[in-house]
Amino acid sequence: MNKQMSLQDVVGQLRDGMTIGIGGWGPRRKPMALIREILKSDLKDLTIVAYGGADVGMLCAAGKVKKVVFAFVSLDFIPLEPYFRQARQNGDIEVMEIDEGMMLLGLRAAAWDCPFIPTKVGLGTDVIKYNADIKVIDSPYDDKEWVAMPALKLDAALIHANRADTRGVCQITSPDHHMDDWFARAAEKTFVTTEEIVDTEFFADEAEARMVFWERSQTTGVVHVPGGAHPTSCAPNYGFDVPHFQEYNASAKDGGFAAYADKFITGKSEDEYQQAVGGLDAIQKLPKPVY
Amino acid sequence: MATPAKDYTLAELIICANAAAYENDGEVLITGIGVLPRIAASLAMKTCNTDIMMTDSECWLLSEPNPLTRGKDYKQMNETWMGFSRIFDNVWSGRRHLTGGPTQIDRFGQTNISALGGTYERPKVQMLGTRGFPGNSISHANSYFVPSHTTRVFVEGEVDVVCTIGYNPERMPKGYTNDDIDLRMIFTDLCVMDFGGPNNQIRLVSLHPGISVEQVVENTGFEICIPDNVPTTPAPTEEQLAIIREIDPKDLRSKQLKDNPPGDRS
Repeated sequence: MNKQMSLQDVVGQLRDGMTIGIGGWGPRRKPMALIREILKSDLKDLTIVAYGGADVGMLCAAGKVKKVVFAFVSLDFIPLEPYFRQARQNGDIEVMEIDEGMMLLGLRAAAWDCPFIPTKVGLGTDVIKYNADIKVIDSPYDDKEWVAMPALKLDAALIHANRADTRGVCQITSPDHHMDDWFARAAEKTFVTTEEIVDTEFFADEAEARMVFWERSQTTGVVHVPGGAHPTSCAPNYGFDVPHFQEYNASAKDGGFAAYADKFITGKSEDEYQQAVGGLDAIQKLPKPVY
Repeated sequence: MATPAKDYTLAELIICANAAAYENDGEVLITGIGVLPRIAASLAMKTCNTDIMMTDSECWLLSEPNPLTRGKDYKQMNETWMGFSRIFDNVWSGRRHLTGGPTQIDRFGQTNISALGGTYERPKVQMLGTRGFPGNSISHANSYFVPSHTTRVFVEGEVDVVCTIGYNPERMPKGYTNDDIDLRMIFTDLCVMDFGGPNNQIRLVSLHPGISVEQVVENTGFEICIPDNVPTTPAPTEEQLAIIREIDPKDLRSKQLKDNPPGDRS
């Protein structure tokens, strides 16, 4: 089965009102080419589930979002995502604010077809006060109460991988694959952009196959987009683009998202985007940050 | 031999106080959020508790803490892969002690890093979000670092968004007692506090040199437990300062507190 498709094909499979999970973490390995494609589409009223960064900020700024399920939205070295912040402070979006670990449990519950997973995380906090959908239940085994973290079922998951074959075997060689495997498993359909398309034989090497974190049956479509995580990082291929993020962050104070989008995204193909940010070669030379 | 230093900064005093809090923790993951708590955790791992586990803030456990700044050729001493999903396996096992930096703390030890003011639907200031704070607070030991001890941080009522469980009888979950929650220490620019007062009330443990009880009381929005005799926070030793300089060779610690005050302000 050949699962290769285009960015436009992926967005063509998304619908208004869908719940969409986005892999990566903050400024790391976000499927930004797909985010840009959504920004150019008519899609709206999306519910976004993410360990959020500029992916969430851009979608909020462009009015694509009804609700965000989040534990944080951050650019890391710029702690507060400027457009998510604006959306919250304007009261533009609904939220389900949960603990980072609760999000993992919600994705696992969806992946395992369980209605919920019990946890003590959230007890005693406003997470259970403000989320009417998250119930606290008695245990059949002890005298304590437990948070019943509900399944976070995704209509679609969007992920950026280092390598994939056309059958949907996806490899993440970044030091951390974050929760991407759980996003893939929690979703009805999973679309993966990748730095490199390889032959299936590539995975014959055990060390290579070891870095495949979900089965190809969980992958719906594969899009070849080298540099597609920019301006987020895709270790070990490239780091995140600090000056670009600074410009993006500054645009929130001066010009607004429309000015940023006009300069880089609106009416531009992904190739044209990459030209506007200095070209694929420049992206692939971005240094890795030191923590 | 420990030689008390005569010349040290407030940042270094706080680092050493924070490091001492890990002495009896045994073989647990120590996480210090922010520059001073991170140096403190590394100092502890190199001195008072060499069994500590530590991450590189990305996805590796280290057998040797990373200096805060390092050259291109620095080879970090990985010992175990610890991606984010495995962080939670560790957190929920309880084998961790975290020093975090909340924006608000109330009399119950509840903290806030999510949002300030307005309504929950439309906050005046959106901050980070709850991150992993709810799970940290109910799973393992937690201490807090406050660079500027004021009534804006130590608020009179409850914090605006309760991100962590504290010793609040109104919010205590069914089947839980104060003993199920492990809040340890608070390190500020004025003093060290713990939760050792009646019913885990916040208690003054030591005053930084030159700081009075009155200054602490004035800058705290709620009543704290004040013992009859409050000692002075011990000065760093020359040996500790030498190790701190190795961990932080470019002196990032000098930029963390406003005007980088001296340790002794008398």
